[in-house]
Amino acid sequence: MALKVVVDMNVCQDHGQCVFAAPQVFQLDDDGRLVVLIEEPDESLRAAVEDAADVCPVQAISIKG
Amino acid sequence: MSRVLIAGAGMAALRTAEALRACGYSDEIVVVGDEKYPPYNRPPLSKEALAGEPTLEQLAFRQKASTEDVVWRLGETVVSADLAGRTVALASGEVLAWDALVAATGVRARILPIPGGDSVRRHVVRTLDDTLELRPLLTPGARVVILGAGFIGCEVAATAVRLGCEVTCVALDPLPMLRPLGPDVAAELLRRHEERGITFRLGVSVSAMAENGTTVELQLSDGSTVTADVIVEAVGSVCAVSWLDGNGLDLRDGVLVDSALRPLVNGSPVDGVAVVGDLARFPNPLFGTGEWRVEHWSLPSDTGRRAGAVLGARLVGEGYDEVVALPFEPIPSFWSDQFDVRLKSYGMPGLADPDGVRLLEGDLADECVIGYHRGSELMGVVGIGMVRLVNSYRDKVGLGKVESP
Ligand SMILES: Cc1cc2nc3c(=O)[nH]c(=O)nc-3n(C[C@H](O)[C@H](O)[C@H](O)COP(=O)(O)OP(=O)(O)OC[C@H]3O[C@@H](n4cnc5c(N)ncnc54)[C@H](O)[C@@H]3O)c2cc1C
Ligand code: SF4
Repeated sequence: MALKVVVDMNVCQDHGQCVFAAPQVFQLDDDGRLVVLIEEPDESLRAAVEDAADVCPVQAISIKG
Repeated sequence: MSRVLIAGAGMAALRTAEALRACGYSDEIVVVGDEKYPPYNRPPLSKEALAGEPTLEQLAFRQKASTEDVVWRLGETVVSADLAGRTVALASGEVLAWDALVAATGVRARILPIPGGDSVRRHVVRTLDDTLELRPLLTPGARVVILGAGFIGCEVAATAVRLGCEVTCVALDPLPMLRPLGPDVAAELLRRHEERGITFRLGVSVSAMAENGTTVELQLSDGSTVTADVIVEAVGSVCAVSWLDGNGLDLRDGVLVDSALRPLVNGSPVDGVAVVGDLARFPNPLFGTGEWRVEHWSLPSDTGRRAGAVLGARLVGEGYDEVVALPFEPIPSFWSDQFDVRLKSYGMPGLADPDGVRLLEGDLADECVIGYHRGSELMGVVGIGMVRLVNSYRDKVGLGKVESP
């Protein structure tokens, strides 16, 4: 199954910690709000995305697949 | 079959177990934790979980497939360790042997010795059970007295005000969060918090308490009194290290370790033992010569990963010396939410010179980034709001990074 990143936007508080872990996948926009750039990242980004989920202070990121 | 024994079942324990698996260690991992819960996220305990309905389901960390076979011995306490004999003893009397030991017992909330202070109305906020106990007492109109004006005290105060409580914060320091933030930022936060309805009684301590029906009368050191329906103590922490007594370790402030997180006995590291999370007092050359213990949420991950790699290499028997020699220079990161104020920090602001605190971006009365300097070096930054900007300073803190004016 392909890798899929889901951020619960009701939980996300725009800490941006995920951006340090996986800048290819997560970004804060000009207003400081989280944007998920790639919802189904390539397998090669799995470790980075797992890291991002771990460092999210509010545990808003889940990974499917 | 070898066994890694992890004492304490918090976030640092979980991250260490994951790191052991990630570097190829596939034998037994046993985690002994005295709380009845698997590892969960503590920061919400004083913030959103205290404001809402705290549940384990919301707070528990995601369990990864790699750690499915970890043995969790929850509700059990480690009472002693024998580092030479490679065993630990549990409160039940059971003795467990290990090939590697991880100390991940963290800290406990400090309780002030106060004459007459055996009231059932005294609470702390460190565990899920603490928050479950406190939550129903924060009803509209309840008189809540917080002892301590550090981050956790201020967070609980802000949450309680939002829930309609009448909140008084009593602290010995002249300003809230003074030590980590310095006087200018602390004074600005005091102003904002008073505006939101928190009453501060600063520069005083509690000299006695007396139960009076359903309330408690607190006697303050300046002769005045405060009446409380609920008391929350947030006066810092005590390291949970007594189980390590008798092994010759330096336990004066957490556990003194080297850069591979191995505890030191007479200056020599003990191989096969690691200290992680809130408990580890480790050298960090990024901030100078010395060892520091950091109670921030980012450390369980940084130290867990490091300890897992070091112990894993030793147990698997591959490249131990190379792993030990790798640098370990984590950048501590911290955040705090108080009302609509999002504080965020990177580095070690507390190491700045007293006159080294300067505004880097924005306006102190609004959103801003503040730099904490020692000489010309940026030791830490704190943001009030401006998350994206303060994040952009993360890689600029530490010795020899960027010299700023
Ligand atoms: C209310 C609160 C709010 C916080 N907010 C923030 C924040 O906003 N930002 C931030 O950066 N950090 C925050 N922190 C700090 C952060 O949560 C800690 O740094 C982190 O939890 C440390 O993890 P740890 O695994 O080292 O220790 P812990 O999470 O304390 O885990 C240690 C575990 O070991 C158990 N234990 C202790 N002794 C024994 C024994 N002898 N035998 C068996 N088990 C034992 C303990 O009961 C505990 O379950 C907050 C902490 C609290 C309490
Ligand atoms: S780290 Fe978590 S809270 Fe922060 S932006 Fe990423 S998903 Fe949102």
